[in-house]
Amino acid sequence: MSAKTADRIATGVIYAVSALIVVILAGLLGYIIFRGIGHISWHFLTSAPQTIKAGGGIGPQLFNSLFLLVLTLIITIPLGLGAGIYMSEYAKAGRLTDTIRLIVEVLSSFPSIVIGLFGLLVIVNLFGLGFSLFSGALALTVFNLPLMVRITEQALRGVPREQKEASLALGLSRWKTITSVMLPIATPAIVTGTILAAGRVFGEAAALLFTAGMSSPRLDFTNWNPLDERSPLNPFRPAETLAVHIWKINSEGLAPDASQIAAGASAVLIIMVLVFNFGARWFGRYLHRKFTATK
Amino acid sequence: METQSLTAKNIHVHYGEKEAIKGVSLDFAPREVTALIGPSGCGKSTFLRSLNRMNDTIDNARVTGEIWIDGENINEPGVDVVLLRQKIGMVWQRPNPFHKSIYENIAFGPRYHGIKNKKQLDHIVEDCLRKAALWDETKDRLHNSALALSGGQQQRLCIARSIAVKPKVILMDEPASALDPVSTAKVEELISELKQDYTIVIVTHNMHQAARVSDKTAFFYMGKVVEYDRTEKIFTNPSEKATDDYISGRFG
Repeated sequence: MSAKTADRIATGVIYAVSALIVVILAGLLGYIIFRGIGHISWHFLTSAPQTIKAGGGIGPQLFNSLFLLVLTLIITIPLGLGAGIYMSEYAKAGRLTDTIRLIVEVLSSFPSIVIGLFGLLVIVNLFGLGFSLFSGALALTVFNLPLMVRITEQALRGVPREQKEASLALGLSRWKTITSVMLPIATPAIVTGTILAAGRVFGEAAALLFTAGMSSPRLDFTNWNPLDERSPLNPFRPAETLAVHIWKINSEGLAPDASQIAAGASAVLIIMVLVFNFGARWFGRYLHRKFTATK
Repeated sequence: METQSLTAKNIHVHYGEKEAIKGVSLDFAPREVTALIGPSGCGKSTFLRSLNRMNDTIDNARVTGEIWIDGENINEPGVDVVLLRQKIGMVWQRPNPFHKSIYENIAFGPRYHGIKNKKQLDHIVEDCLRKAALWDETKDRLHNSALALSGGQQQRLCIARSIAVKPKVILMDEPASALDPVSTAKVEELISELKQDYTIVIVTHNMHQAARVSDKTAFFYMGKVVEYDRTEKIFTNPSEKATDDYISGRFG
């Protein structure tokens, strides 16, 4: 076979594989959205679910998912930034650093159901935090944190070496160099990475079954006192998220329209994740233009 | 004896096991330009980078020997690297302005070192840009991004940035090798201007450039200084055969 024929075949195979992936993805997305979109309405997005009657919504679940995401990010962003800066700028190459990096990698690839059970044993029971948003946020931290560390570390490593040296050569301290020269350049990549990681948190179910719980108390959306039990903002109340709700309603839902609700909720979830992804790209590009002052 | 503004004594640099600089001692006289020349990989840039302890930022690099500036040996563990780097400015091969405005590129260093007064900063920015012969080209767009400038302008901005913190010595690592001929001429002119106030050490691949801008030249080969003398002497009547071979283009 001539080199030219081999080249043509290889090109053809690569095109076919790419096309297959696109078709599968488009089919999957199309199917989920097509099945669910008809059920999405303002009422569906805002009202509380019904146990046995039809016409329940996903309002509290949607709110819980977003609130849990915010809580998780409040915990992981400072920790992840700190650890990422350490790994990229302070840690000396050596066995200790390699070990830390390995642990971070392993942590991020842990099966989420294992983290859920670990959360049940340690966070919920041992620490006595109960089924709560806070427990859920801690469980999600376990696999969101490694991602944050890696995102920060890689973003900082991506900053050209000469930028860092230029700042040091002016007699600026290492810390000032990191905060004033390196982080502005790295921020677009960090923000993009964070939002993408957030998309994963948003769709997570297994780790939350036994930590954030599978029920939501009757929420009073006029009560914004975070210490009150019926307030949506209370981080120590149990909270069923959208992904968990989909799982529950599919496996034990009693409402007659359970399958439509699951389909609608799935479509909402997928759309939200898509919004995260496209939003991350757009926002990253926007920040890049802003911080590098290229117009 | 003439007072030297910068003296390196018996400098050795190791990268891991490999010895890149094998005992180099050089004196740099105030208000003179010293060129470091030599074939690629001879260690001239490595040597330059040890003068302001920039090699500290490389994990496995180890620099031994003494570097004296202002009566202080700066190659000792207790020395405040941050303070010392303020005394020794640096310019890189590729222009590396900060991703900030032209004004900020210059005001950034002085502000960090304690000058908060807006008028004073304005004055420093103008003064440095004038010294770098960049004022007329940039005075109307000081708050635009420095990245929008041409390569040659960016390099002159980097030089202006380095003098804004009032160093005694400026180290230049092939400052014109990434520039077009016109920009190169401007940068060379600038170097000749600046030597009235600063001690300049310049690494260059370009022998004509070394001959044009420098007062003294050191020829590096295999991590050692083969010959160090007045530039005219090096280029017209070198003492060592290796120097003669290199400058006449027989190797390197």
